[in-house]
Amino acid sequence: MGNVPTTVKHCLSYEQLIQDYPWLKRWLLEEKVGHEFPEFVKIVEVGPRDGLQNETEIVPTGVKIQLIDMLSGTGLPVIEATSFVSSKWVPQMADHTDVLRGIQRAPHVRYPVLTPNMQGFQDAVAAGATEVAVFGSASETFSKKNINCSIDESMLRFKEVINTAKERQIPVRGYVSCALGCPHEGYIEPSKVSEVAKSLYELGCYEISLGDTIGVGTPGSMFKMLQSVMKEVPTNALAVHCHDTYGQALPNILTALQMGVCVVDSAVAGLGGCPYAQGSSGNVSTEDVLYMLHGMGIETGVNLAKVIEAGDFICNALHRETNSKVAKARGRTLGCVSVRENI
Amino acid sequence: VNDKITFQFKFPTNRWRPSGQALPEKVKIVEVGPRDGLQNEKTMVPTETKINLIDMLSASGLPVIEATSFVSPKWVPQMADQVEVMKGIDRKPGVSYPVLTPNLKGFQAAIKAGASEVAIFGAASELFSKKNINCSVDESLQRFDEVMKAAKEFGVPVRGYVSCVLGCPYEGKVAPEKVAHVAKRLYSMGCYEISLGDTIGVGTPGSMSKMLEAVSREVPVNALAVHCHDTYGQALANILVALQMGISVVDSSVAGLGGCPYAQGASGNVATEDVVYMLHGLGIQTGVDLSKLMDAGAFICRTLNRKTNSKVAQATCKL
Repeated sequence: MGNVPTTVKHCLSYEQLIQDYPWLKRWLLEEKVGHEFPEFVKIVEVGPRDGLQNETEIVPTGVKIQLIDMLSGTGLPVIEATSFVSSKWVPQMADHTDVLRGIQRAPHVRYPVLTPNMQGFQDAVAAGATEVAVFGSASETFSKKNINCSIDESMLRFKEVINTAKERQIPVRGYVSCALGCPHEGYIEPSKVSEVAKSLYELGCYEISLGDTIGVGTPGSMFKMLQSVMKEVPTNALAVHCHDTYGQALPNILTALQMGVCVVDSAVAGLGGCPYAQGSSGNVSTEDVLYMLHGMGIETGVNLAKVIEAGDFICNALHRETNSKVAKARGRTLGCVSVRENI
Repeated sequence: VNDKITFQFKFPTNRWRPSGQALPEKVKIVEVGPRDGLQNEKTMVPTETKINLIDMLSASGLPVIEATSFVSPKWVPQMADQVEVMKGIDRKPGVSYPVLTPNLKGFQAAIKAGASEVAIFGAASELFSKKNINCSVDESLQRFDEVMKAAKEFGVPVRGYVSCVLGCPYEGKVAPEKVAHVAKRLYSMGCYEISLGDTIGVGTPGSMSKMLEAVSREVPVNALAVHCHDTYGQALANILVALQMGISVVDSSVAGLGGCPYAQGASGNVATEDVVYMLHGLGIQTGVDLSKLMDAGAFICRTLNRKTNSKVAQATCKL
């Protein structure tokens, strides 16, 4: 084999190996993708709340209701409908009661609402809420600037809400914001995130959604943070809420999936900008997440085409372009064979 | 009788690891903005702008910058000033400036203009090959034989591209074995590196790993690169998976220059800024200065009068 170039030698040697060890080929071929990924991922659609909350244009109640109804028909299992926060702070959510009462609740779909305090919780229950959410922050400065109190004080508030919710058998989801970075403090220690996640879990939240609020995280920081949190909270009670401000959302979600997380938050059409980087994107788009998951053979129960329709609807109503690359590409594919890996 | 058998596939236990383990320490970024990027931009870019862009990219620490394409200006008018660009750029020592050479004529013109590295390309899809360069995949590889011979004589390294590795706009699905076959041909013809291109951006981590599995059985993984398009937003996730499988060369385009000719208005190449952001966040070295790179991106977008496709650039400049 003296004068044969190394490249050719290499090509020959694999053949040789297969000849000598026939079982090897079958073994190698049996290595399928998906060994380390969950079989099913639950998508929590936050477009109508987190998405619209960060849109500058005020959306009429009728449009919100129609959006949620369209999303209810896509197979999404959880749709965050609105937020019972004071309309003084978040005018977009002023119509929370009307929205919750106006939507057509599909069976098997849950419609959690945000309840930052007891007042909000009581209003939510009066309006028919059957699931609520509270949110803590991994950053003291963010907590003070966002909800005007320290992390510990916020936990006391949430304790009240969670205890009352327990009495009424209303499940509570907990959010931890700034899990991978804070617009004021910068780097956030993973141990701080685990501390807050653990507190919320021990108070009684059934699921903790870890939010990369300003989208600065990368697979590196996501891995370190999750490693830390998973020591305190069981993996099947964790969700990731990634923002795509720096384009890192999908690789971050992929990393989370590889670590066993199987709940992902996203927003139809990537609704919602970033209040800390004006003009930039915020939430990752549900369509792009679905495209990736389905392409990997992971089930979600969601119909991508119907989500794209809902996205088109809300973007028309908001007079804006979608943030979803999948929606953009699908809308403009020239007349060739559409390469569909999923759906 | 038995030579020492060297095999280069990794044992399965090493392959599937969450990020943070078994990732390369260094990744070589191959910047394709000035060629693949500009080639797909509608606005004609003046020669001087191209030269300025390449010089700014050279200053950012990128190790490889694809400068231009020695293709007939009849087919790609954007690359008509190939010779002036090649002669006009300030070549930084240690940086490679490969150029595309679709045939022997292009190769000769490239050498005359001072090229010291070239690139050739094959498709993993027969239909794409016929529609794009008017001949079958095998015929195209035969044409490149002449280029390979000439390149060997001149001692010029050749990089091979395979397009449509994760899907074809005409054929739809592309079999991983077909990709492996074309990659293997290019490698055994003498290409030192094979760049696997998701030409229409339809791939996902699922199809990327299946394809890489098939190709890395035929070509050593350290001779492979990935060239992901972000048309469906999957590029960074696909690149991450490729890194986890041992790939350490990534193609990208500053500011995500270059749209997709098959999905009008949609994006094409993945943005170098976003790739570098992810790699640095993973603790992987690239040698690239992100802020200088963003300067280059801002420059070309201003000149082209268009918004950047890089999310990192969009986010950073507003803070």
